[in-house]
Amino acid sequence: MDLGPHLLLALLEGTVAAFVLAVTALGLSLVFGVMRIVNVAHGEFFMLGAVLAWFLTSLLPEMPFWGFMLAIVGAPLVVGMIAVMADALVLRRLNYEPEATIVATIGLLYILQQAVLTIYGPDARPVVAPISFRVQFPWFGYSGYKFIAIGAAALLLLAAWYGVTRTKFGLIMRATQFDRETAQAFGVPVKLVYAAVFALGAMLAALAGVLIVPLQQAHYLMGLDPLLLSFIVVIIGGLDSLKGTILAAFIIGISDGIISVFFSPTLAKIIATLAVALVLVFRPNGLFGGRSR
Amino acid sequence: MRLRLADRRIWGLHLGLIAVLFLLQFVLPDYHHTNVARILVLATYAMGYNLLVGYTGLLSLGHAMFFAAGLYGAGLSIYYFDLHPVLGFLLGSAAALVFAIAVGLIALRTTGVAFMIVTMMFAQAFYLATLYFNSITRGDEGLVLAPEARRFAFFGLDFDLAEPVTRYNMALALFVGGLIVCLMLVRSPVGRVMVAIRENEERTRMLGYNARDYKLLALSLSGLLSGAAGAAYVLLFAYMGSTFAGIQYSILPLLWVLLGGVGTVVGPLIGTLLMFYLIDKTSEVMSSYLIVVGAVLVLLVLFFPKGIAGTLRARYARWMP
Repeated sequence: MDLGPHLLLALLEGTVAAFVLAVTALGLSLVFGVMRIVNVAHGEFFMLGAVLAWFLTSLLPEMPFWGFMLAIVGAPLVVGMIAVMADALVLRRLNYEPEATIVATIGLLYILQQAVLTIYGPDARPVVAPISFRVQFPWFGYSGYKFIAIGAAALLLLAAWYGVTRTKFGLIMRATQFDRETAQAFGVPVKLVYAAVFALGAMLAALAGVLIVPLQQAHYLMGLDPLLLSFIVVIIGGLDSLKGTILAAFIIGISDGIISVFFSPTLAKIIATLAVALVLVFRPNGLFGGRSR
Repeated sequence: MRLRLADRRIWGLHLGLIAVLFLLQFVLPDYHHTNVARILVLATYAMGYNLLVGYTGLLSLGHAMFFAAGLYGAGLSIYYFDLHPVLGFLLGSAAALVFAIAVGLIALRTTGVAFMIVTMMFAQAFYLATLYFNSITRGDEGLVLAPEARRFAFFGLDFDLAEPVTRYNMALALFVGGLIVCLMLVRSPVGRVMVAIRENEERTRMLGYNARDYKLLALSLSGLLSGAAGAAYVLLFAYMGSTFAGIQYSILPLLWVLLGGVGTVVGPLIGTLLMFYLIDKTSEVMSSYLIVVGAVLVLLVLFFPKGIAGTLRARYARWMP
């Protein structure tokens, strides 16, 4: 193949990765923005989404489409409930103190990951795509499901944007983010908002996991990569800015795709990781973030 | 010279601990003999970590980088260039020191959560680099030092690091060295400034101390000690692999130190010892033994934030450093 088709392939792969990454990172960004905590267990919610998708689709082996629909509704609900429990049992008791919370979510990471290892086992298991067709380019054929995943992720991002900027819950959330105590004084149930936001962030990660699982098998260790990539994206995009998060997801996702195809995936990750450390040091509000208040 | 009561207690406690560890080698069965040697090296790593986290109040999530820098600095130079093990050890420790200073110069511009993430990212980049240079490091598979590379003469004495007795006492020597460095440091004026930064950085700065320099010093010493432990690890146990640079080896010292007691000199050993055997016993029962790492972390943060030695100090022994 020539450079052109290669580049097209890299761009396509990058776009799929970017959309799924945007959904995952949005969840992390939301939790950080509103609750001011770094959730190290975020990647495990992604993994749980994928593993639950395997479980739910295997309930309807004859009907891959309906099985997948069941997964896309069921997996986030279960993960959301787990997140609410984690919030009530651990995070709230720590009063969301930033450093203690990080240590606690590291603990949560191991608990969730190892629980899945116990129940689900160490194997990677495939999930059949709900719809299978190929889009034929002049140079190569391309899995149609990837376009479906892009569309679904785009819809999720739109829904999230609408939810945050146009609904009453979004308003309450932003009020809590802006000033927790004043919001509380105005009758905002801050504890409830925190629980809801933590669950919402986890559910976004789970949905991303469900979307990715037909392309990448479900495995108990699959949470680490999306976690680190989400960190990278959220930091480069600016810790406070949802727009920045999404923009950064595209920059990272697509450049990751291109560097991975032309050079090596490990090199792409090394570059991104170093870049993020330097951004955090020299532009603490991210490349697209505003000035800190 | 008459020592004050507190001083006598402190030296009594730590010299007693060293004596117990020395005598332990004569009673331990083979299996535990090797385990304790390993624990002593890992506890030195934990002590290095504790210098930064416990005494200066900077929570790092990237110490695996320094441990692995020591490990690879010593291991690779011995593996490829047949360096004398003592030189290899010094080279590994120096490599860790260089990395710690470099990371410190950049990462110390941030504080709190940002510092944790920056250190984690640098360590992750280092880990990925060990995978990327697979042709040299052999990545996850790792390299094993040949038995001949671990036999050497030093000041007319012959050492064989594969010999259990030599190995145990080398590990003990490393641990004792680390313990004495920590003890002297935290009781010195420099150590007091470090603790002052942990308690209230703003006020320390107001008093005229350059907080950044002290933090850089703490991070450098912490990295150096962690790297020395890494270098000793490859010499004593002959194996190096990417796992030691991975995120898990940044989290383990955090766990050991939290369990033993943040900001105590003996805490890291207690934490490493208990966790090592807890993980060991659990792994006999189930394959997902790392769940105890998670469970212990969560329980510690929720119910036992001072750790074992920290709680003992608060209740019974206020004099303990």
